[in-house]
Amino acid sequence: MRYLNEIVNKKINEVLKGDQDAFEEIVTLFQHRLYHLCYRMLGNAQEAEDIAQEAFVRAYMNIHSFDQKRKFSTWIYRIATNLCIDRIRKKKPDYYLDAEVPGTEGLDMYSQLAAAGELPEDEVVKMETQERIQYEINRLPDKYRSVIILRYIEELPLQEIADVLEMPLGTVKTRVHRGREALRKQIGTM
Amino acid sequence: MNTCSEQIIQSMHAYLDGELSREEERILKEHLGRCTDCQKLMDELAEPLALFKNTVPVRAPEGFVNGVMARLPKEKSQAGFQRWLRNHPLLSAAALFFILMSASLLSSYDNDQQFSVTKQPNLIVEGETVIVPEGEVVKGNVVVKNGALRVEGEVDGDVTVIHGSKYMASTAVVTGKSEEIDEVFDWLWYKLKNMLKDVMPSTGKQDD
Repeated sequence: MRYLNEIVNKKINEVLKGDQDAFEEIVTLFQHRLYHLCYRMLGNAQEAEDIAQEAFVRAYMNIHSFDQKRKFSTWIYRIATNLCIDRIRKKKPDYYLDAEVPGTEGLDMYSQLAAAGELPEDEVVKMETQERIQYEINRLPDKYRSVIILRYIEELPLQEIADVLEMPLGTVKTRVHRGREALRKQIGTM
Repeated sequence: MNTCSEQIIQSMHAYLDGELSREEERILKEHLGRCTDCQKLMDELAEPLALFKNTVPVRAPEGFVNGVMARLPKEKSQAGFQRWLRNHPLLSAAALFFILMSASLLSSYDNDQQFSVTKQPNLIVEGETVIVPEGEVVKGNVVVKNGALRVEGEVDGDVTVIHGSKYMASTAVVTGKSEEIDEVFDWLWYKLKNMLKDVMPSTGKQDD
């Protein structure tokens, strides 16, 4: 791991000297990990590609503010999770859930949401594993989604999650606990 | 459903976070062994984590890296210029020197509007006209600024007229170089040449 850090820092110094090509090697090194993180956060290939690329662009533009004593992966993960959280918030509908859906009688947003967000049990059982994993992640409240992904998909230590999300370790632990409870309830009430 | 204490649930989470000591783990396992409710809760908490263990990493699509590179802001020309400066320190220093020198020389070019002439005993000055009289030999270089020069005799040296006019009579003889300077660039060139001559007197002599 230290070896990887050395390579990355060497490349970063070249980028700082104005060599844009050196950045290409950094992107190549981290592309799959970052894309995967965004894919799990957003549950959508097109958006994942867009946001992961945007994260690299932001990293390039702010490369001078990166502290080389820290891990580059933590830093780029932070940029990417923040962008994903922003994207998820923007996608949130800004209409009221109990407003009647236009053109329907007595059909409100709750019924729409139920139809889109939660599937009947027999359909869930038929899902293949990868699809099922994404389905459970998507159902998690935003607050717990990033910690659960970082902990159980990316398998980061709790302290590193605290660094990525810039939260105290205690807050991360609480969110992981509540996230596990939320998952238990989701799967239990299926 | 579960009547066991909050403390047991907390230790389940601590166990899942890998933060239980051996002794605490032993106590938890003992409890789970005799409390089916807690064992069920533990299984339910662990089940989704087992599901996530099967996650197959999704790889970035083809062309991802190129996509990033295409989205990067174009390298600023300023950055390129700075890199050039860093890579060519000697040239940069020379260029900076040249710029500063030009600035100081140019300012003297603008300010220096007064008539002046090098002092030689047998030069005749009438108003702003300098005359090298016929039959006389003027030793040394003659420089006239902002005035006219009539050469009727002989100059044993260079003749330079800056911002002025020069008239050479048929009897005139100039042993050195003879030039007129009007343009800014000529002026600069003349100044630099003189400086070089001062710095390297030997090369100046060779030219003569």
